[in-house]
Amino acid sequence: MKTTYLLIPLAPLAGAILAGFFGKLIGRTASHCVTILGVATAFFLSCLVYQDVEAGHHFNGPIYTWLQSGGLTLQVGFLIDKLTVMMMLVVTFVSLMVHIYTIGYMHDDPGYQRFFSYISLFTFSMLMLVMSNNFVQLFFGWEAVGLVSYLLIGFWYTRPTAIYANLKAFLVNRVGDFGFLLGIGLIAAYAGSLDYTEVFAKREELALMTEAATGWPLITAICICLFIGAMGKSAQVPLHVWLPDSMEGPTPISALIHAATMVTAGIFMVTRMSPLFELSDTALNFVLVIGSITALFMGFLGIIQNDIKRVVAYSTLSQLGYMTVALGVSAYPVAVFHLMTHAFFKALLFLGAGSVIMGCHHNQDIRYMGAIRKYMPFTWITSLLGSLALIGTPFFSGFYSKDSIIEAVALSHLPAASFAYFSVVAGVFVTAFYSFRMYFLVFHGKERYDQVPHDEHHHDDHGHGGGKPHESPWVVTLPLVLLAIPSVLIGYFTIAPMLHGDWFGSAIFINAERHPALEEMTGEFHGPISMALHGFASLPFVLAASGVVLAWFFYLKRPDIPTAIKQRVMPIYTLLENKYYFDKFNEVVFAGGARLLGRGLWKVGDQGVIDGLLVNGSARTVGFVAGLVRWIQTGHIYTYAFLMILGVLVLMSRLFLSAW
Amino acid sequence: MMSSHLLSFAIWVPIVGALPLLVFGASSRSVSRWFALAVAIAGLVVTLPLWTHFDSSSAAMQFVEQAPWIPSFNVQYFLGVDGISMPFILLNSFITVLVVLAGWQVIEDKQAQYMGAFLIMSGLMNGIFCALDGVLFYVFFESSLIPMYLIIGIWGGPNRVYAAIKFFLYTLMGSLLMLVAFIYLFAHSGSFNVLDWQQLQIPGKVQQLIFIAFLLSFAVKVPMWPVHTWLPDAHVEAPTGGSVVLAAIALKLGAYGFLRFSLPIVPDASHAMAPFVIGLSLIAVVYIGFVALVQADMKKLVAYSSISHMGFVTLGFFIFNSLGIEGALVQMISHGFVSAAMFLCIGVLYDRVHSRQIADYGGVINTMPKFGALFVFFAMANSGLPATSGFVGEFMVALGAVKFNFWTGFVAATTLIVGAAYTLWMVKRVVFGAVANRHVAKLSDIGGREFLVLGLLAACVLALGLYPFPLTEVMHASVDNLLRHVAISKL
Repeated sequence: MKTTYLLIPLAPLAGAILAGFFGKLIGRTASHCVTILGVATAFFLSCLVYQDVEAGHHFNGPIYTWLQSGGLTLQVGFLIDKLTVMMMLVVTFVSLMVHIYTIGYMHDDPGYQRFFSYISLFTFSMLMLVMSNNFVQLFFGWEAVGLVSYLLIGFWYTRPTAIYANLKAFLVNRVGDFGFLLGIGLIAAYAGSLDYTEVFAKREELALMTEAATGWPLITAICICLFIGAMGKSAQVPLHVWLPDSMEGPTPISALIHAATMVTAGIFMVTRMSPLFELSDTALNFVLVIGSITALFMGFLGIIQNDIKRVVAYSTLSQLGYMTVALGVSAYPVAVFHLMTHAFFKALLFLGAGSVIMGCHHNQDIRYMGAIRKYMPFTWITSLLGSLALIGTPFFSGFYSKDSIIEAVALSHLPAASFAYFSVVAGVFVTAFYSFRMYFLVFHGKERYDQVPHDEHHHDDHGHGGGKPHESPWVVTLPLVLLAIPSVLIGYFTIAPMLHGDWFGSAIFINAERHPALEEMTGEFHGPISMALHGFASLPFVLAASGVVLAWFFYLKRPDIPTAIKQRVMPIYTLLENKYYFDKFNEVVFAGGARLLGRGLWKVGDQGVIDGLLVNGSARTVGFVAGLVRWIQTGHIYTYAFLMILGVLVLMSRLFLSAW
Repeated sequence: MMSSHLLSFAIWVPIVGALPLLVFGASSRSVSRWFALAVAIAGLVVTLPLWTHFDSSSAAMQFVEQAPWIPSFNVQYFLGVDGISMPFILLNSFITVLVVLAGWQVIEDKQAQYMGAFLIMSGLMNGIFCALDGVLFYVFFESSLIPMYLIIGIWGGPNRVYAAIKFFLYTLMGSLLMLVAFIYLFAHSGSFNVLDWQQLQIPGKVQQLIFIAFLLSFAVKVPMWPVHTWLPDAHVEAPTGGSVVLAAIALKLGAYGFLRFSLPIVPDASHAMAPFVIGLSLIAVVYIGFVALVQADMKKLVAYSSISHMGFVTLGFFIFNSLGIEGALVQMISHGFVSAAMFLCIGVLYDRVHSRQIADYGGVINTMPKFGALFVFFAMANSGLPATSGFVGEFMVALGAVKFNFWTGFVAATTLIVGAAYTLWMVKRVVFGAVANRHVAKLSDIGGREFLVLGLLAACVLALGLYPFPLTEVMHASVDNLLRHVAISKL
């Protein structure tokens, strides 16, 4: 079985290498065949591993020893359990869909082979991340997905916005990694190992320790440091700023990386670390507050976006906030459950958005779409299904996961839970409103695609021919259909085992005495049908429905109202338009401050004090002294004779005076 | 243990091989450079058995050669390597081959002498890494200045004379104090044998003085803040090969000195002064990182980046745990590859456009895709991305630093952000974007020879990043021995 495990990440890697280094040689078709083959292999083998794990075979072991130093043995190795295998299935399936979709989407792009190489490399990195059994490999995968994300956001490297966005994404992620590295450092220092199992075995000891240099409770320090890493990767406030900008990359990667998989790495990591997080209520409260802020406030931003991809991006931020909230209330299975359902419907929505963009000749502005359902039936239906799943319509997958999160928050006893409850419930309305605002503007109403102003077509490359929208080729619609199926159904079929059947087993640890929310939910759970029927009468459903109705009223019935409201609440609109000024703040304070500091240290410290005063100063001092001495060193014998006589005179007088 | 003359070969093969180049080099350009390449490769080949025949279970000096040199002062020709010094000899000999290849076409004036200077430099630096006699060490240490002084002064840029003199005086000033310390140790022990010195009992006050003498000498070489300002000037004026050797090898000499002299000879003073050195190292990591951020000259930027990376090395040494020291050693080797590659990349651009200003570039990847990919790869290694060698050392030192003190680790780990910021911001402005001007539009991608040089380095960076195990295995015994030794007071 070990060979199978090894093959799963290596198959996409092989594809990436072939397409990357020999892409020009083997051509476009061969490049996409070989990468798709690699990912398909990974998916197929993951299915086999899934069966094997279901049969009760877990694995935890090393592949090779990476490094040995200072009592630490750092290995590359795999941990295969239910949590891992679920992630593997999600990653490889979505990746496979995106690979197929890319054949259509990137059809005319000169960087075709390079793109396939990157997304396969991403799949490899993400698999290494989720399959790891230790922190070093986790960190490797963590940074590697960051690298590929950097390369993909900047895929169209001639665009100033793209190469600005990818640098920003990398640096903001590095801020998170900074915390993550410190967390790993603390674990290595106090647990003496970076292997999950060994660290978890020492968790009780760690819980009692205090960090020596800071005096903080050790376990809280570790968990908060690790979570800072998760905040970077999973785009939680205030490290969320990179995600909306990452939409500069081609749409398939927005679906794969910036919605379905990479951004969930933080959620996955915290879930994996549940034995540690369970020991620190402080850390959990911190997680909960950050998650709720993200869930609500990022949703608001979705309301005013006009770029189709950015609407979906803000919705992703908000949904990641929901997952984080679930982590905060110790409902880890609920968080990964939402991670899974979200991966399907969000990938679907993004790919649907991409299909719309292609159909509209690379216009991304929803104000210039409208009535597209007539031209793009597949895209229309699948996007509708995705939106319904997203807003939590009963029986859809999103309903089961999101409702479970709201319920878990309601049952939590943490101090921050009441704020979180408000956020997640209010968030339901907001989500429904912006999702259907977009849906109605794109697929219904009047046709506005011919009104695109000419300076607007700055987004996805090439081919700006006007004309009617058209449905995308089958390589694009097939993945939409294949993703729509789980978006609708997977919640219904998996909620019972995943949330209430202890399916994850030992992979997730919950201290049910301290954090009983999930246990209580299980007590109240009577099957998915009853839950969904119950859902129709619940507050979230009412809020979601009113959000949809309001969106319909504002954007189809009375399009004059939003404009009027916008005029009324201009300050709020400006605040949202500027994304709460996070970007401005970072640009001025951090980027500007760093440059100012650097210039100050360089000009004043290096050039002024060290070089000017000390180095060249001492050279000048030597020169000055030499100049003085040179003044008496005339080279004329009479000067020396005179000085000699003077000297003799001084010495003699001194001699006489003392003899006296 | 093998009794052979491998170390002598490592020193003298390149030096003796360089002599005909200096004498007859002017006659034929093509013959002389092939000859230089042959000598450089021979120099590398003779060092390979050092790796294959090395006994990594032993902390003792290996491949020892000992013969009297100046009997009246008990000065010996005494050579030997342990797990700390051996990898550097290989690194040095390897880099020399690359430098010869890199100077193949671009050096038009006195090419034979140029290559001869590098070969001599290579031999002398090998001598530094394996000398176990104080006088011998000092002779190698000082004489290695001469070829570098000439390389900068003859083949350098417009301001080369200022840079060469600054480089020479700066480093000479430091090492004079080291000589004083050596003479004291000789007077005290009656020998120049470094291993004997490591067993001496020395009173506390004297230890402090000796430590300061060593510190001044080695800190200038590393260079540590605030005696670093010679390095950016030297790099900017040096020809590409000079920068490569300076960054890849010459900077390691000072750091090596700390391990061979400061820590084992004056352990009590080293412990007492550790907070001070750690402070300087952290300043180097952070302060220099910010200075690097605002550089407009690519070479200066990478030079400052080197200082910042070397801050990690001195930090690793003075936190006194094996993660720190081994991490620092890995960092030194890795920095040898990565900084060499960065300077070579800048050299590739300079050869074509004759500018090192970031502002003169933009969108290089449009016209030089192969080069662009390699440059991005090395930039990632420079910002410490996992799976590249740049990660391994930084990671180990960071872990060691957190273990030593959380706040030390905290400050050190900021390099994750700052290091990525200055490196990738440069990459953004140079490599990415639309074609910025007609010079960039006319660029031609790297040829086979350039690709070979950069490709070899990329392979090393990747190999060390994916599998650092063999390298650290070589070091364990010596580092553990050193740490045990340092823990014993010698008051």
